[in-house]
Amino acid sequence: MSLSADLLWLIPALPLIAAVVGACAPRGAFKLAAAAAIAALTGALLLSCGALATALAAPAAKLASNFTWFDLGHGAVRLGWLIDPLTALMCVMVTFVGLLIFVFSTGYMRDDARAKQFFCFLSLFAAAMLGVIVANSLLLLFVCWELVGLASYLLIGFWFQKPEAAAAAKKAFVTTRIGDLGLLLGLLWLQDSAGTLLLYDGGKGLLEPAVLAGLGGSTAIGLLLFCGAVGKSGQFPLHVWLPDAMEGPTPVSALIHAATMVAAGVFLMARVFPLLTPDALTVIAFTGAVTALIGALIACAQNDLKRILAFSTVSQLGYMMLAIGVGSWVAAIFHLLTHAFFKALLFLGAGSVIHAAHHEQDIRQLGGLRGPMRVTFATFAIGMMALAGVPFLFSGFWSKEAILHATHAWGVSQLPLYTGLAAVVLTAFYMTRLVAETFLGAPRSEPAAHAHESPAVMTVPLALLAACAILLSLLAWPSPWLQLLLDPSAAANDHADGVGLMALSIALVALGLGAGWAMYGRKPREKSMSADPLAARAPRVFAFLAARMKFDELYAATFGRAAYALAVFADALDRHGWDGAVRLLARLGRFTGLVNREADEDGLNAGFDATSESLRKTGRAYSRAQTGDAHGYLLMIAFGFVVLVFAVLFGGAR
Amino acid sequence: MSALPFTIYVSFAGALCALAAGTRARMVALVTAVLGFGLALVAAGAFSPSPGLQTLINVSWVGELGIRYHLAADGISLTLVVLTGLAATAGVLFSWNVEERAGEFFALYLALIGGVYGVFLSADAFTLFVFYEIAIVPKYFLIAIWGSTNREHGAMKLVLYSFAGSALVLAGLLWAHAAGGATGFGLGELAVAAARIPREGQIAMFALVFLGFAVLAGLFPFHTWAPTGHVAAPTAASMLLAGVVMKLGAYGCLRVALPLFPAGFAFWQQPIAWLAIAGILYAGCVALVQDDFKFVIGYSSVSHMGFVLLGIAAANPEAVAGAVLQMFSHGVIAGLLFAVVGRMIYERTHTRRLADLRGMPLHRALPFAALVFVLAGLASMGMPGFSGFPAELAILVGAWKSSPAWALAAGAGVVVAAAFTLRAIQVSFFGTTDKSVALRNAPVLHLEPITLPERAGAIVLVAATAYVGLNPDALLNWIMPALQSPLMQATLKGGTP
Repeated sequence: MSLSADLLWLIPALPLIAAVVGACAPRGAFKLAAAAAIAALTGALLLSCGALATALAAPAAKLASNFTWFDLGHGAVRLGWLIDPLTALMCVMVTFVGLLIFVFSTGYMRDDARAKQFFCFLSLFAAAMLGVIVANSLLLLFVCWELVGLASYLLIGFWFQKPEAAAAAKKAFVTTRIGDLGLLLGLLWLQDSAGTLLLYDGGKGLLEPAVLAGLGGSTAIGLLLFCGAVGKSGQFPLHVWLPDAMEGPTPVSALIHAATMVAAGVFLMARVFPLLTPDALTVIAFTGAVTALIGALIACAQNDLKRILAFSTVSQLGYMMLAIGVGSWVAAIFHLLTHAFFKALLFLGAGSVIHAAHHEQDIRQLGGLRGPMRVTFATFAIGMMALAGVPFLFSGFWSKEAILHATHAWGVSQLPLYTGLAAVVLTAFYMTRLVAETFLGAPRSEPAAHAHESPAVMTVPLALLAACAILLSLLAWPSPWLQLLLDPSAAANDHADGVGLMALSIALVALGLGAGWAMYGRKPREKSMSADPLAARAPRVFAFLAARMKFDELYAATFGRAAYALAVFADALDRHGWDGAVRLLARLGRFTGLVNREADEDGLNAGFDATSESLRKTGRAYSRAQTGDAHGYLLMIAFGFVVLVFAVLFGGAR
Repeated sequence: MSALPFTIYVSFAGALCALAAGTRARMVALVTAVLGFGLALVAAGAFSPSPGLQTLINVSWVGELGIRYHLAADGISLTLVVLTGLAATAGVLFSWNVEERAGEFFALYLALIGGVYGVFLSADAFTLFVFYEIAIVPKYFLIAIWGSTNREHGAMKLVLYSFAGSALVLAGLLWAHAAGGATGFGLGELAVAAARIPREGQIAMFALVFLGFAVLAGLFPFHTWAPTGHVAAPTAASMLLAGVVMKLGAYGCLRVALPLFPAGFAFWQQPIAWLAIAGILYAGCVALVQDDFKFVIGYSSVSHMGFVLLGIAAANPEAVAGAVLQMFSHGVIAGLLFAVVGRMIYERTHTRRLADLRGMPLHRALPFAALVFVLAGLASMGMPGFSGFPAELAILVGAWKSSPAWALAAGAGVVVAAAFTLRAIQVSFFGTTDKSVALRNAPVLHLEPITLPERAGAIVLVAATAYVGLNPDALLNWIMPALQSPLMQATLKGGTP
């Protein structure tokens, strides 16, 4: 089975149709919306497998299908679809993980009154995400990118009755849009200097040698595109929205804020990799390294089950960015794929726990869930070991090793390697803490004590994801299949000096696990109120990390306050400044009128008065001569008329 | 095409009928508006794009002065005429409940529409000016009689600004006419005459004419009439004000000021672009802290019109096409937003204060209004799938060509737009962001359900913005050839720095 590029649009179109069905379905038609969403995504999964078959048959061929969207004179704006191994693998991952999460959601969201909308939004998200992946045009990618952000906004804010959720949704949208601005400017620059935004276009596309050679100043272009990735993929310094996004329902966190959307930035960078210059790559590498370390550090001191995972996601995305930066985009994609499975697994496991514990997600209140929730515990433990990088059996180990090796081989600096290795220890540590606090010991609250295993519709996806978390090792071992598929040219010099580094990282994993076990596992917390062992040892560091290194406070005090001050200033300027100027002008006009009037009275009118006076005198003389008052009346009328004319003429100015 | 002038006549005739019809005036107005819209669409169907204006009627009016009654259309005018028809129709639907002096209301409303059609179709500067003035007067009465908050102030301010602007325009045109020794007021003749004027003269004349029109387009810092006027106006009038009247100003800039004085424009290009950008950002910031819902929308209008002015200032085909597209797009979207705020919310809840609306679970009481507002909000912040996206994209592409700094600064406006739009959506419809007022404790609202005319109007407008958003070529196929006309080419060549 294979799929031609001309039909590739069907992959995003199917979930889009499901979203429309969900939107049009009558209120409360939860089953219809869910069925449509699942059926559409199943279809998309089958088509993605077809696309993968096509791509595997000819890995080097870039099968594109382009069309004109609208015409702006000099250059028609063209969009298109693309099949290559990167697209096909991403499609399969997104549809497969997405399908499992959809199925899981039917259990998780069953009791929610607005479950219909939930599936509508999920389908919209899937459509947009698949659109990002299959796009052969940076503009189409950007369009879908924005729609992904919209779906993310709708889903984070799904429980908008919670003020935190509403605020988090807005924060996520606006923060990522700051990054999107950079991406948009990058597109404008590319459009202006290359005249096209198509990636592959029979030799005239952006990623094809002829155009690549002609692009000047592309460090800046690469960095602008990277801005978009920084926003979407939660890289430092725009990572602050991602932990807050955990206010959304847990399946959303699993799908959007762990497996797919947040990885879109990494995907984008991998996609436009040929456009990135060494300078741009250096910036990317250091950003990724910093993000990996910051995320891991903060994760050690969080108490919310989902926030620990969220900061872990930030950290892992940092790893992926680091891989891009050091030039191994294949390692980045490999880690993206493995991470998508094991992080989705962890989030769904967390969802299963939260569902069972009646929305209690503070790990201090949990504990002792190993017994009642066996499947959840077993699968969660597999996910934890994959994330921590426990050797050989778990896919996370291989993908993380690939990144560390690439970082080691990087000629520019070894600093990112050291931060990466430090994050390895921290990752193993905080995951041990998480599992020990959640599953070991005795239940520390009512909800945890009454927890029981979730239904099969939720545990079966967990089991499948756990299997994948292990099986994906096959992508790299025993043969570097993924590397050969995606970038055969770079495969030759791989694993040159691997053994020493691998031994070191295994030792570091053991160190992290051991430390975590020593502090949290050996003697599990007894009461929810008892102090955290880490906090007891280094209270100030712990508090600083628990407050997420105060990034939110910093931004609120600087950018937030500056923007607010600017807005208030502008508002005041509008009310008093401009309006005041206008009122002043009006007053000036009135003043001029007054002056004119005075001038009339004293100057012009005086003349008329004098004339009239003489007339009157004449009249008086006449009246004395003649009898009757008629002329006196006429005179008065004439005088009045003159005054009236002046009043009308000049009074209008008042 | 020959049907187009009848949009004007039908509107004025409808105005007279409405005056006579009394309580049935709304039906007259609806028929008239739909007829005008239909005529525009029929003409659009028969339109074959060509460079330059296609004359519809050209007869002598005031022979001694060389003033002619000359109507003509190209793709740009056609786009705006279609927009006017659309906005007029929707506006009637959203003022279906006007009972107070309905005959006069709809008469003035239709007279305003007729004037607007006239401006968009005029090819003689004097004719254009006359229609422009005709459009101003009804605005005053619509706001002063049927308006709300601070209506006398708003109406007076708007009219004074408008008249001051038109005085500048008139002065500039007469000056050019005299100094260039023109025989008439046809735009082509004036352009030929203006070309004979030395550069210094052109610079001064351009400043007069452009500023005069740009005031009505909401150019910063001459925009303050717009929010006050919008807020004071009754719903249909704010829809028209933001939807089409502000376009009159932008259209005047594009049709009269730029083609007549390309050298003057080249001199002023930088300041205009930066004022436009300042307007985008400034109005966006102000919108961020408003408590009156209608002020939020009013300032967002100013911000969006900044994009139009930036597109005009960038003066290359992409940017100008984007500006015209944005005129259409903003006309539809602003109409929607004002319809939701003014008609659907204010006339039911009798408040526009966001602080009050926050406590009302409006999304449950008025789900349709919530949906429409969310869609309009998304369109307003430039989401793909709606007309704002291709329009702002084209403007930014063009602006980048002229100066990347413009695109950078204007692009920041997109972020601000997201911030103030999302704030308005969340606070107004989706309840509380304040913990103390839990949603379930809020009083159950019993609001009059959304009526059929309101639904119809909203659906028509949403469909229009979505259609153009997905298929911008529908309008661009008209607009692009119009930019090839000699007059436009002079601008585009004179305007590229």
